Order: sequence, then structure tokens, then C-alpha cells
Amino acid sequence: MNPAYSVLFFTCLSGAGYGMLAVLGIGALFDILPRGFVFGVVAMGACLSLITVGLLCSTLHLHHPERAWRAFSQWRSSWLSREGVAAVATFIPAIALALGWLFPTVIDATLWKLGAFASMLGAFITVLCTAMIYASLKPVQQWRVTLAFMPLVPFTYFGFALAGGMIWTQLLLFMFKESQAFNISLLTCTVLAFAWLVKLLYWKQISMQANVHNLLDATGLKENWQSIHAFDSPHTEQNYLQKEMGYQVARKHRDFLRRTAWGSGGILPILLLLIGGWIGGVAASACALLAVVLFMFGTLIERWLFFAEATHTSSLYYDNKK
Amino acid sequence: MTSLPKRNKDAKKLGLVIDLDTCVGCHACVVSCKEWNTGGYPAPLSDTQPYGQKPSGAFLNRVHSYEVASETAQRTVYFPKSCLHCENAQCVTVCPTGASYKRFEDGIVLVDEDLCIGCGLCAWACPYGAREMDPVVGVMKKCTLCIDRIYNENIPPAERQPACVNACPAGARHFGDLGDPESSVSKLAAQRSTQEPLGGLDYQPTNKYLAPRKPKNITSAKPLEPVNQNQNNGFIGWLDTMLSKLNPPT
Repeated sequence: MNPAYSVLFFTCLSGAGYGMLAVLGIGALFDILPRGFVFGVVAMGACLSLITVGLLCSTLHLHHPERAWRAFSQWRSSWLSREGVAAVATFIPAIALALGWLFPTVIDATLWKLGAFASMLGAFITVLCTAMIYASLKPVQQWRVTLAFMPLVPFTYFGFALAGGMIWTQLLLFMFKESQAFNISLLTCTVLAFAWLVKLLYWKQISMQANVHNLLDATGLKENWQSIHAFDSPHTEQNYLQKEMGYQVARKHRDFLRRTAWGSGGILPILLLLIGGWIGGVAASACALLAVVLFMFGTLIERWLFFAEATHTSSLYYDNKK
Repeated sequence: MTSLPKRNKDAKKLGLVIDLDTCVGCHACVVSCKEWNTGGYPAPLSDTQPYGQKPSGAFLNRVHSYEVASETAQRTVYFPKSCLHCENAQCVTVCPTGASYKRFEDGIVLVDEDLCIGCGLCAWACPYGAREMDPVVGVMKKCTLCIDRIYNENIPPAERQPACVNACPAGARHFGDLGDPESSVSKLAAQRSTQEPLGGLDYQPTNKYLAPRKPKNITSAKPLEPVNQNQNNGFIGWLDTMLSKLNPPT
């Protein structure tokens, strides 16, 4: 499948943003995070910026962005519509959470905690909807991969959203010299490791997947015929289908890209957080900043592979395996 | 509304029956489809660089060419591919705007081009690759079953069929109501064995493909007689032939 840049940036940025919203929500619920005005501005600002920039990126994918508002209408059947509704609806508790953080005297604690809980829930539902857009597509066998009957795609999305949220929050904790920052960084490293572990499982499972469909099945000729090949193309130039579904480049460099992804997005950030946290001071913030950048880079490659490695049954008709 | 309409089992199901045994792969259906739909409802079916170096564009019908073989036979099969107007059309349910819909009254799957945002998700949801994005208009295009022909009272009744069916010189394409067991297309499909592409995905296509018949078993046919090896011409040649017939060489 074609890894459109708009969708890559959307899922990576908004994914981390919603993860951060969930982390801030949990932090607010259990009073783990600093309650200061400046921390609130920076944390909620970063979180809402990630979400908003990501959502704006997603509209670049549309040929008619001026009609994007119509996408809120079909939530009964469409995961994409549900995602749109959830993404926008989550802004309401998120704004309540932000205002409560900045003006604790105006927004009372109960309302603030309610906002925190609803933000967490909204973030979870939005990321679930994003994952289900892909996991519900029957023609793409990789995205329907399971492990012990559990669909893996939603878990990879949850993993990276939460890891992104943790690592961004971690950066702020080091910057604001929070006393518990080092202890929390151990949790951040665990979540990072968990996210990449799920991804490694996904890669292992899709590499073990047999081809569910072949050209004989796609043409319905499998009952009477044993072999088939295309001897002519239906058209001379590449069409929309081939550009959109028949993406080949990443499959060639797959192993190198996978190593780059988990190396830069997983191993290095964990090492940087541990080393930075151990040294402390400015080094901790610098290391965490680098860790965030590397993590985002790693997840971008991971997301690129997620699309590029996925194959679509409509490509079968073109019989490219020659 | 992009939820699928609740339709009875005996609801009208307009669709095509395509005979893979008869199709000669001439692409007349492709050309006539493009011709009708670029001039008809509701916007042109666009091309980019139609006369340039890299001509490309949206088509609603494509013909694939295959060679198939079994242990005892082989043949060519042409596979025309357009929207199958599935009963369980996931291209409809994934649409976030309600642009994609399946008609309650006859089962035709359509795109309302004024609502389409061009996100492309329906094309991802179609396992057959029956939807193509219009490169100029920026909305999804698909087979309409020539809805502007089949109900069109301004054209002669005989022509109220999809353009591809009218154009087919081999008579390989048939149009009708597959929900009615007494219709000519249902009877045709019942007479011949039909095959469902990607049946395992349960999209329940309305269109039917009639399976290409196998050529006679080629291994059981008698080998050809050797051609006359006689090099002699004229009277001697004739004599040799006659004597060989009376007294065949062993």
C-alpha cells in the first residue's frame, strides 16, 4: 500500500499527541505530575499541538479537504468517520484538562479530574479507531494478522501512541527537573520496549503468513486450473491501482529499514533516557530531547513500512511476481 | 448513509454475467465504457496526458489477459474486471461521508461525487480493484452499471443496457436482474458453472463469471498421422503412393 506522507505524519504526530494526552490524563488523575502553571502550558501546549498538526496533515490526504466536515456523518459504519468524531470530541475534555491545569481556582478539582479521565478515554478511542481503519480491511492480509486470536495492528498503534506520550512527557519532566523524573523514566523505557516488542511480533507474524490469496483464487479459476500467468497488461501505463496498492520499493530494503526503525526508535531512546537520567541536570534534558527526535524518526520509518509492506488483493490481477 | 441497505433475498439485483469462455479480449467494453462515462453522468472520466508521453487516467473497466493450464489442458482466458456490485460491499461501509452507497431498489453501488472527499479508503476496501481515483476531478470513480442508460427513456429500449454489454462483439456480456431466478441472466448463470472471485472474503458479488470450458483432453487425442515422406514426383511418385497403400511399409 502507498505510504502517503500525509498519513504517515498524521498517524505518528497525532498518535504521540493522543498518547501524551492519555499520559497527562493519568498523571492528573493520580496527581503524579507537577501542577504548576508553566508545566501545564508547556505540556498541554505540546500535546494539543501534536494532535492538531497531525490532524491538519491528515486533511492533506484528501482531494477535497473543503468537504472534510462531511466525514463526521457516517460513524455508524465507518471507522474513518468514527476516528474523525472521536478526534474532535476529545478536544472538549482536553481543553477542560488544560484550563484546569492553568487555572485551578476557576475549574474545580472534580471537573478537572473528570476532564482528565475523559481525555484519557477519548485518546484511547481515537487511536483504536485509527488502527481499526486498517485492521478492518479484508483485502490487506498483513493488517489482519493475529497472535492467539488477538489482532496485532491495534496493539501496535496503542504501543506507539503510549510510548510516544511517555517519551514526550519524560522530556518535560527532565526539563522541569521533576524529582521523580528518573524513576518515571524507568517506566518510560519499559513502555518503549513493550511497544517495539509488539512490533517485532507483528513483523514475525506477517513474515510467517502464507499468501492467503493468489491469482487463481482472484480470478475464480482455481477449481479447474492449476497454473496461471498474465501474458499481457490491461493498460500500457501504471494506473491508480498500481500506484496506490502495488507499492514495491520498501519490500526490497525491508530488513535494513526494520533495523533502523527499532534501533533509532527503540534502543537508542532507551539508552539515552537511562544515561541522561543517570547523569542528571541539563544532560538529562538534552538526552531526552534527542531521544524524542530519534523516537519520532523511528516511528516514521515503522509507519512507512506498515503501509509499504502491506499487500492488496487487487495487485494479484497484475501478476507481478515474474 | 453508508450502512448497507437491508435487502431481501429476492430483492432486485442488477448485474452482469460475463462469459469467460466467449470473451475474446478485444477491449471493446473498455473503450465503450470510457466513451460513455466520460461524456455522461455526472463529470468527465478524466485522463492525464491523453496524447502525451505517459497517458494515464481513470477507467471503470479493465481487461486482463491470462494463460491458464491444468495437467491436461491449457488456454487463454480474458478477464474483464469492473465493479461486481457486491451485496456485502465494504467499499460502501468504510466511506466516512456517505458518498458511497448501495441502492436499495436495485443493488447498484454508486458514488455521489458531490459528497466524495477523495480519501481513497473505498478503493482500499475493494478487493477487486474496481475503483479508481479520478486524477483531475479528485473523486472516486466506479462502474455505475450505466445507470444513465438502463433507465433512460430517451434512448431506444434495445439500447437501455450498459455500454459495455451493447459493445461486446462476442456476446460475452449479459445484463439483467440476478435477484430474479426467472430472468435470462439467472437462467444463463444456472446453466453454466459460475465462479466467484475471492469467494473467501465474503463480499458476495452480484456479477457472475461463467467459467471457461476446458478444451478437449489433448493427451487422449490420437497423434497426427505422419505426413507423406515421399520425395518422388510425377508418375513414379504416384506409383510409389499407390503401391505403398496396397502394401503398407512396416
